[in-house]
Amino acid sequence: MLIRRPDDIPASEITDECVYESRREFLAQAGLLAAVAAGASLLPGRVWAAGARAGGQIDKLTPLKDVISYNNFYEFGTGKDDPEKHAGSLKTRPWTVAVEGEVTRPRSFDIDELWRMYPPEERVYRLRCVEAWSMVIPWLGFPLRDLLNAVEPTSQAKFVEFTTLYDPAQMPGQRRDILPWPYVEGLRLDEAMHPLAILALGLYGKALPNQNGAPVRLVVPWKYGFKNIKSIVRIRLVREQPRATWNAVAPREYGFYANVNPTVDHPRWSQARERRIGELRKRDTLMFNGYGDQVASLYRGMDLRRDF
Amino acid sequence: MATAIRSRRCTGGWICGGTSDLPVTQGQIVRRIVKPVVFVAALLPLAVLVQDGFSDGLGANPVETVTHRTGLTALVLLLATLTVTPARDLTGLGALATLRRPLGLFAFFYASLHFLTYVVDQTYLSGLGLSPVAVWEDIRKRPYITLGFSGFVLLIPLAVTSTKGWIKRLGALRWRRLHRLVYAAGALAVLHFLWLVKADVRLPLMFGAVLGVLLLYRVGGGRRAPRRDGRLRP
Repeated sequence: MLIRRPDDIPASEITDECVYESRREFLAQAGLLAAVAAGASLLPGRVWAAGARAGGQIDKLTPLKDVISYNNFYEFGTGKDDPEKHAGSLKTRPWTVAVEGEVTRPRSFDIDELWRMYPPEERVYRLRCVEAWSMVIPWLGFPLRDLLNAVEPTSQAKFVEFTTLYDPAQMPGQRRDILPWPYVEGLRLDEAMHPLAILALGLYGKALPNQNGAPVRLVVPWKYGFKNIKSIVRIRLVREQPRATWNAVAPREYGFYANVNPTVDHPRWSQARERRIGELRKRDTLMFNGYGDQVASLYRGMDLRRDF
Repeated sequence: MATAIRSRRCTGGWICGGTSDLPVTQGQIVRRIVKPVVFVAALLPLAVLVQDGFSDGLGANPVETVTHRTGLTALVLLLATLTVTPARDLTGLGALATLRRPLGLFAFFYASLHFLTYVVDQTYLSGLGLSPVAVWEDIRKRPYITLGFSGFVLLIPLAVTSTKGWIKRLGALRWRRLHRLVYAAGALAVLHFLWLVKADVRLPLMFGAVLGVLLLYRVGGGRRAPRRDGRLRP
């Protein structure tokens, strides 16, 4: 399998200066400059605005206040503002992530250990929700494949299954059967090994706010947002396709792959356009959320209308 | 919908218990107190919306917020309209019936705002011109939009014929039959809401339950009530 190196990102994908400058400005305004400077050694300084201008459209960072106040995280309620209001009850220390299943060296990672072992870098990704809105978020994260390689998947491993914490005491939304808890998501192994797929530990230069999936979440920027499972406690390498939560609840509406695709509508609404949070006018949705150059090869020969 | 205005005047002297020289009728209480309160309450969602609009209070996705709030308010007011007659029957306060028309018109007003927001979102904010064809296509293509739109369309003749003049013109019986459409509009609105949520159906089901109870009341109660006197029509 060909795994593209991060350096393959074309020049057009590099953050352009005005975006970069506005990021600085924002960080300064938010009073985070000191924090970032202190953490500078953690950040190799590579900013991938994978697409500062993808599809001829300019990407600006979504303001932090929107990133942390407009969330789908049903474990804390189904309203967009519920997670910010209710996620305070989530305790993110101590926290361990078990990595197990079809691997030679299964083990658990303490969250602080993850920070040390895989110093996160900043990645600016577009996030496209299946509900037709989108954001541009500077994540702090590391490639998922680094973690997977550390546990040495066996030849039997075909998929990766992720599971969110299940604890109704901390996650009040789990006290109702809105979804079958705990939330589960999955990737094909080659998707999980793709260099754009990251485990995020932070955003905007700081550890993840609870409502954004603290302390560790998945970010797969070419897929709809619901694939990006939050507050992960278990990662299992498996032989069969995992039973992903939304896919299991409504298979006609939410595919297992859930690749961003403007030509395949959700049964109830169009996916051709999206509203970037902070903008009033909608913009065109890009195939694979604009990451087609990097990821389209994963799906060669597949019928993306059927395997949506 | 229901009866023409029927103000059952009661003496109301018991309310003021003789402390005042002028007896206050319940009609006056409804007119001077209940009605203004209802008007203010019905306009409050709009006032809050406008205020939030000017103070960055509509959240990260203002168009969505406006759409949801106007739709929700329309539905609440529609159900409030349908509650008037049972409330009148149960309390015996005949003058309450005068609240029905303003409440219904407020519901229609918010439904119009809701629809207008949708149209602007589908056209101007989607980078398309104001193309009725494109809007119509979207209405046809998406079932929950079809339902919501149908409900809205049903409200139009009701709003138009809400005046006393129209009651006269149509005759009370025919007018009443026409206005039963409000229940169909309510049902369509609830289904529209139910169909659009992703997983959390609690709120739309609650609205559906309220609508069901009100409908049952009318189906059961409408028959025994002496309302078929049906105002003269040749």
